[in-house]
Amino acid sequence: MQILKLIFKNAFRHRLRTFLTIAGISIAILAFGLLRTVVDAWYAGVEASAANRLVSRNAISLIFPLPFSYKEKIRQIEGVSIVSYGNWFGGIYIDEKNFFPNFAVEPKSYLELYPEYVFQPDQLAALLRDRKGFAAGRKLAEKYNWKPGDAVILKGTIFPGEWEFVLRGIYKGRTKSVDETQFFFHWNYLNETVKKTNPGRADQVGFYMIGVKNPNIASNVTAAIDKTFKNSLAETLTETEKAFQMSFISMSEAIVIAIQLVSFVVVIIIMAVMANTMAMSSRERIGEYAVFKTLGFGGMYIAVLIFGESLFISATGCIIGAILTFPAAKAFGNEMSQFFPIFIVSGNTIYLDAAASVVIGITAAIIPTYRAVTIRIADGLRRIG
Amino acid sequence: MNGKRPIVELRNICKSYQRGSQNIPVLNDITLDIKGGEFLALMGPSGSGKSTLLNLIAGIDKADSGVINVAGIDIAALSETELAGWRAANVGFIFQFYNLIPVLTAFENVELPLLLSGLSKKEKKEHVETALGVVNLSDRLEHYPGELSGGQQQRVAIARAIVTDPAIIVADEPTGDLDRVSAEEILELMERLVHELGKTIIMVTHDPRAAQKAHIIRHLDKGVLNADPQANI
Ligand SMILES: Nc1ncnc2c1ncn2[C@@H]1O[C@H](COP(=O)(O)OP(=O)(O)O)[C@@H](O)[C@H]1O
Ligand SMILES: [Mg+2]
Repeated sequence: MQILKLIFKNAFRHRLRTFLTIAGISIAILAFGLLRTVVDAWYAGVEASAANRLVSRNAISLIFPLPFSYKEKIRQIEGVSIVSYGNWFGGIYIDEKNFFPNFAVEPKSYLELYPEYVFQPDQLAALLRDRKGFAAGRKLAEKYNWKPGDAVILKGTIFPGEWEFVLRGIYKGRTKSVDETQFFFHWNYLNETVKKTNPGRADQVGFYMIGVKNPNIASNVTAAIDKTFKNSLAETLTETEKAFQMSFISMSEAIVIAIQLVSFVVVIIIMAVMANTMAMSSRERIGEYAVFKTLGFGGMYIAVLIFGESLFISATGCIIGAILTFPAAKAFGNEMSQFFPIFIVSGNTIYLDAAASVVIGITAAIIPTYRAVTIRIADGLRRIG
Repeated sequence: MNGKRPIVELRNICKSYQRGSQNIPVLNDITLDIKGGEFLALMGPSGSGKSTLLNLIAGIDKADSGVINVAGIDIAALSETELAGWRAANVGFIFQFYNLIPVLTAFENVELPLLLSGLSKKEKKEHVETALGVVNLSDRLEHYPGELSGGQQQRVAIARAIVTDPAIIVADEPTGDLDRVSAEEILELMERLVHELGKTIIMVTHDPRAAQKAHIIRHLDKGVLNADPQANI
């Protein structure tokens, strides 16, 4: 008879209590995992950004444009390899609740700069050929059941009117962390149309996306670009793509911190529940532990019994919770894909789950072990009668 | 049995408990010799300190003053850890409520003390089967305590007490929770342990019938030990 067997048998002496505790831990770990994944999803754009990409925008605010003429000047700056540009379009598909990001870009340079969007060659060629063509991410196309050749109409908000596009390419992400819910089309189509309807707004760009030859010189290039346009009518604010993405998140940082806090509170609550379970079991068995000591077993043996049982229960709950996190995250991610285009349970989350289970198991065992080990044998035996 | 050197020697044992600021004396200057192979019954009213005295002899509690010498060892001088090892090797325990581990089978309960012995698996099995044979439970190895009667459980507990072959067995009201027939069985078994295996047994009991089985009866009253006038030596 090994000690492991005894630990296992002890753990299931009160089946209902143990079952409820394991269920509680599973649910807590599930909740913890989903909350961590929400936080990860928040930072997905930051994570996906590349160190060799910069974004340049109007220094006053993102809502003010930059002249199209900057393109050539930026291209001439030392260290710049590609310049692409685009405008946030903000079109609505049928109804406002069908939100997905849509913007106008110069597709050739854009896709050179963002090789993570992968197209079939014939679709790519068709996209580049068709002025009214647009590209959609795989998830987006699936959601609305769009097939190449389908016409899609967006209602412009920033650029009023009914805009007709034809789906030419569906891209897949090169990795799981690539957003597959985007919609982008030819900047030329936008610009030429605006030229006719609202000439004052033509030849303006919402942001430049700039590739640098080497991530190490990114900060030099950033400074050089902003210096070039210093004291002009439209000064630029250039930052790495990461910093640019970060600037969106920092607006909602308080929410992210709140979610993180809640995720830890969930773990702390379940710690208390687990501690209660262990305290109850150990209290009932204080006489048995006294018998072990009477027979000559040391405090170490009793500690292994109690810690082992506690860790066994918390680890079981944790494993179930962690396994459930994957399908739950998938369902949640599908449901919320317009808010969280990337909703993937990260390895880090699973490590944190494991760490939580160890911490839960250990903290719950400390006090019961201390009691069982330090109680005088005679007093422990007396509790049996 | 007479003429043997005492296996247990108590000299001027005092023990009191602290309850809050109050000091409650329980044992007052107890001196007692128990010879090897003797069966001694310790009687006395409830709360007179019988269990306390038994615990001192068995090394699970410490006296305030006095000397306790068991099998030539001054156990008051041992550390907690040494004492644990000493108990495992020298003392077998029988309790009123059997104190078996409910999630372990009869076999596993009896095997428990041997986990500290370093015997091989095969040797342990032999010892356990022998001990359960002595108490006549060879057909109940795989039963859990909950599946056994009180008398059977107490026999398992006796097997557990003798499996390491200790010289001394202490029993605190071993028949206190049993019906008459089972109690009788247990007492006969204990007599056999003394006569056939040469154990020394110190038994606390309320039951005069139980005490009749013993060689010597001592009375504890208000912390003082008296010889029994009708001791049947
Ligand atoms: N841990 C303790 N703390 C305080 N008083 C105790 C403790 N253990 C025993 N006592 C007291 O010591 C006295 C003797 O107890 P005990 O040895 O159990 O008596 P008996 O076994 O003869 O019934 C009783 O009055 C009991 O209340
Ligand atoms: Mg008692």
